Amino acid sequence: MYLDYAAFSPVDPRVVAVMRPFLEGGVGNPGAQHSLGLEARASLDGARAKVARLFGGAPAGVIFTSSATEANNLAIRGLAARADGRHVVTSAIEHVSVLNCCRDLEKQGFRVTYVGVDADGCVDPGTVARALADDTALVSITAASGEIGTLEPVREVGRLARERGVPFHVDAVGAAGRVPLAVDDAHVDLLTLSSNDLYGPPGAGALWVRPGTRLVPLILGGGQESGYRSGTENLPAIVGMGVAADLARAEGAAEVARLRALRDRLLAGLLDRLPQARATGARGAGRLPHHASLVVPGVKAEAVLLELDLRGVAASSGSACSAATGEPSHVLRAIGVSREASEGALCFTLGRWTGPGDIDFVLDAVPAVVERLRRLAPR
Amino acid sequence: MPVMADRKIDCVGLFCPVPILRVRDALRHMQPGQVLEMVSDDPAAPADMQSWAARSGHELVASDRHGPVFRFVVRKSR
Repeated sequence: MYLDYAAFSPVDPRVVAVMRPFLEGGVGNPGAQHSLGLEARASLDGARAKVARLFGGAPAGVIFTSSATEANNLAIRGLAARADGRHVVTSAIEHVSVLNCCRDLEKQGFRVTYVGVDADGCVDPGTVARALADDTALVSITAASGEIGTLEPVREVGRLARERGVPFHVDAVGAAGRVPLAVDDAHVDLLTLSSNDLYGPPGAGALWVRPGTRLVPLILGGGQESGYRSGTENLPAIVGMGVAADLARAEGAAEVARLRALRDRLLAGLLDRLPQARATGARGAGRLPHHASLVVPGVKAEAVLLELDLRGVAASSGSACSAATGEPSHVLRAIGVSREASEGALCFTLGRWTGPGDIDFVLDAVPAVVERLRRLAPR
Repeated sequence: MPVMADRKIDCVGLFCPVPILRVRDALRHMQPGQVLEMVSDDPAAPADMQSWAARSGHELVASDRHGPVFRFVVRKSR
């Protein structure tokens, strides 16, 4: 039972099938002049168009990277390096790649406003508006929290940023392909995507940049990706990402409805069977459709996850960072979850191969594990 | 009187969670009562270190700042 899709998604076999010839030969370097190189160039541009179509952006704005983390770095550090302003607005619940880029800017003398969130983990656009200053160089807000699933009001924030002429970056990992997101409608200037979150191969990501937005590249070399990301393109992964984006666009709506029904049953069932537990993040339509997260008092997540693993269930606590350090996650702190309660944070993310049987199994397994652990270590 | 560190680690340039992980690993190889000094220029380090010390039970003996660099002195408790 695999319910940790947010951490890693199996690559769709249809994606693998398209990638295979790009790994096995008969394809050149997209920069080469021979016919194989020209074919490779066409495939690269095809992938660019497919990825751009997912969110309605100009294909020329797609810069392929090695990961969403690299894309977030390029967006924030690349933009700040050319900006006149010395102030950045972001939120307290961003991915660590965004937060650490912002802390790096602080070290360089930038001021960073980390706007807080409400108890559901939702950013208030009014708070963002009040944080905007004359020298604000960038606003960066995630489209959805990967840890508690809450969707953020990117459209409203984008409108406010546009009114003030401030570039707006959205980390759309998790949201892309799952919730409607169009860069023109939401006034997005920079958008981060992950290949693997779309069931594409790991090792690819993309930053879309609105034409006219000024950036400095982080990686210098042969000038690939219009000079913004040098290094020979990872063509097999990029082609895979393109196919994955196409599949997400074609199948997204039906799949989202299917996952939302499964997720609703999972979350409601868990809360019903674990009366002391409470859901984290927004409810219903306000959260990612494949995402269920909760805190269970009286148990430690690591113990629950270990027991679940023994029963064949792969889930997570929601935060790889806090799992490594044992610290309460910055997201749970931001929504006011106590240190003690945050120790029992669980996160289940569903995906393309999750079926009703998986949900039934987890609905039996989790309460049994929690009850067993509480018996072993009563508080 | 300033506390003399038994071991020093340099985490300048690194960001959360790496400084905390380095501190944890360093303490693992030290004896209770011994003192570790860690320097970091991560703006989040003071909050992270305080929170980590409260949770882990190790004593944050001192913390100060020299320009952009924070210095933390931790005594291993057990």
